[in-house]
Amino acid sequence: MTAIGEPTVTPLRPLDQFELDYAGLRRRTKTMWLVASLIFLAAFTFSAWLGDFFKVTQFTLQDGSREWRWILPAGLPRLGEFIEKTFPVLRWESLGADLAEWFWRWRVWANLLIETILIAFMATALGVFGGFMLSFPAARNLAPNKWVLWISRRYLEIARTVPELVWALIFVFCFSVGPMAGVLAIGLHATGALGKLYSEVNENIDMRPLEGVKAAGGTWFDQIRYGAVPQVMPNIISYTLLRFEINVRASTIIGYVGAGGLGQEFREALSLQEYTDLSALFIIIFVTVMVIDYGSEKLRHRVIGMEKGPAA
Amino acid sequence: MSASLTLASVSKLFDETCAVDNVSLEISPGQFVGVIGRSGAGKSTMLRLVNRLIDPTEGAISFGGTEITALRGKALREWRRDCAMIFQQFNLVDRLDVLTNVLIGRLAEHGFLSSMAMQFTDAERTMALQALDRLGLVPQALQRAGTLSGGQQQRVAIAKALVQRPKIMLADEPIASLDPANATLVMDGLRQINREDGLTVLVNLHTLDTARAYCDRIIAMRAGRIFFDGTAAQLTDDVVRDIYGTQGLREFNEAVTSTQGSIAVPAQ
Repeated sequence: MTAIGEPTVTPLRPLDQFELDYAGLRRRTKTMWLVASLIFLAAFTFSAWLGDFFKVTQFTLQDGSREWRWILPAGLPRLGEFIEKTFPVLRWESLGADLAEWFWRWRVWANLLIETILIAFMATALGVFGGFMLSFPAARNLAPNKWVLWISRRYLEIARTVPELVWALIFVFCFSVGPMAGVLAIGLHATGALGKLYSEVNENIDMRPLEGVKAAGGTWFDQIRYGAVPQVMPNIISYTLLRFEINVRASTIIGYVGAGGLGQEFREALSLQEYTDLSALFIIIFVTVMVIDYGSEKLRHRVIGMEKGPAA
Repeated sequence: MSASLTLASVSKLFDETCAVDNVSLEISPGQFVGVIGRSGAGKSTMLRLVNRLIDPTEGAISFGGTEITALRGKALREWRRDCAMIFQQFNLVDRLDVLTNVLIGRLAEHGFLSSMAMQFTDAERTMALQALDRLGLVPQALQRAGTLSGGQQQRVAIAKALVQRPKIMLADEPIASLDPANATLVMDGLRQINREDGLTVLVNLHTLDTARAYCDRIIAMRAGRIFFDGTAAQLTDDVVRDIYGTQGLREFNEAVTSTQGSIAVPAQ
């Protein structure tokens, strides 16, 4: 073996050369860290300044005089004040009656809770259908040509960059107040989000089975159906369940703009200053989301562990 | 089954590299042809050109008077069905059962809906089982393909090729990933199909003794060109040394590259 290029000076011993290279590498790494830290610090400070984090505001003291204070310590006590207002009056001797008063609208809320979950369910179903169908043309390795790839990717991008609440506003305008607008809004956003996730799963598959189908005379659809779908199925199910959890959370707030579900109660309680209703609603949503998250997590782990089971 | 495969001045360029360089060949029906050569000699590319997994840059391939290189759409898919292909890595769908994997060989006959629903007829299932039976794999028919050994998977791939009712069978390094015992089973399977069904078999091999043991005719490729074309007896040591090039290999030792020792040719 001859060395590459003709050496003009006596080469260093390998160990000395290593010491030299290593020192250089460490120096470069250190400088890079320093520069990166400085850039980060500058960006953070600038954002904080833009976000009014350094604002000084007038603050009323106990004796009624006013004084200038930094906004954070001045505003924080108001958070406690707000939370305190949402606490219901609960007495041990009349607990049942107090609870009944706290959850006084429970019949309405129960119905709205069911509506909320149904909105999430139907929106997830729509999102899975749209996202699944588009995830194949939107995958770089599977798209039949670059136009199909471009169009399906842009569609998914638009669908997911517009937030659910904005879609809901638009659909409420089109289809009037009610759960239908909510289903369409969350469904469209979920299509975009799921389509993106699914297409990334598709981009990581083994292409050899698809080649096997192609070599046997299969169409593009055959290659997808037989070569790709069985490979991605566990991931698809897992992402779908995860999206259902997210959609339940989204459907609790979507009613704020009139698109069905519990959200409308939030709006009413806030505008009528029924603060204890807010805490009751918060508890209902918290428990629901927790139960659904727990259930779907259990299911997801079973799906991931299903490797030995029958394929789709 | 009684048509011959003809390659006329076929070339394939990948950017600057010429993987297949002006190859002309005539393969008669019923022949068992082995293609040998170093890694990167263009063997795989040539088979892929025949199956139309890739398109030639120049030249024409025809089969019994049909111009293969001009086929489009359904006619192209039917050609791929007629010219079954077996891969080094088997290219099965691991998560599907063996039977469904074999039935993939029937997809060219299916419409969109029955294919998407994975609906196959009883006749097709019978055909698939007969093919599996020929290769001794009926007990594994309902197992998932990914759970089978390499040798079993390659035989599933052969069964899949059989249900295509092909006119010619291509095999791209079918035994390169297998141990000697399984390699023998797979090669015997190919020979049996060649003799009983009269199918033309065109197989890429990297082991000389396998080529000598199984092939009626051996074609050697070097740097994209046909370098040797003849019978096993005509393949002398001098020719072999030229095919593989002595540079880098101190002395060409056939025993080292044999599957019996299960060591591959050192990659160049």
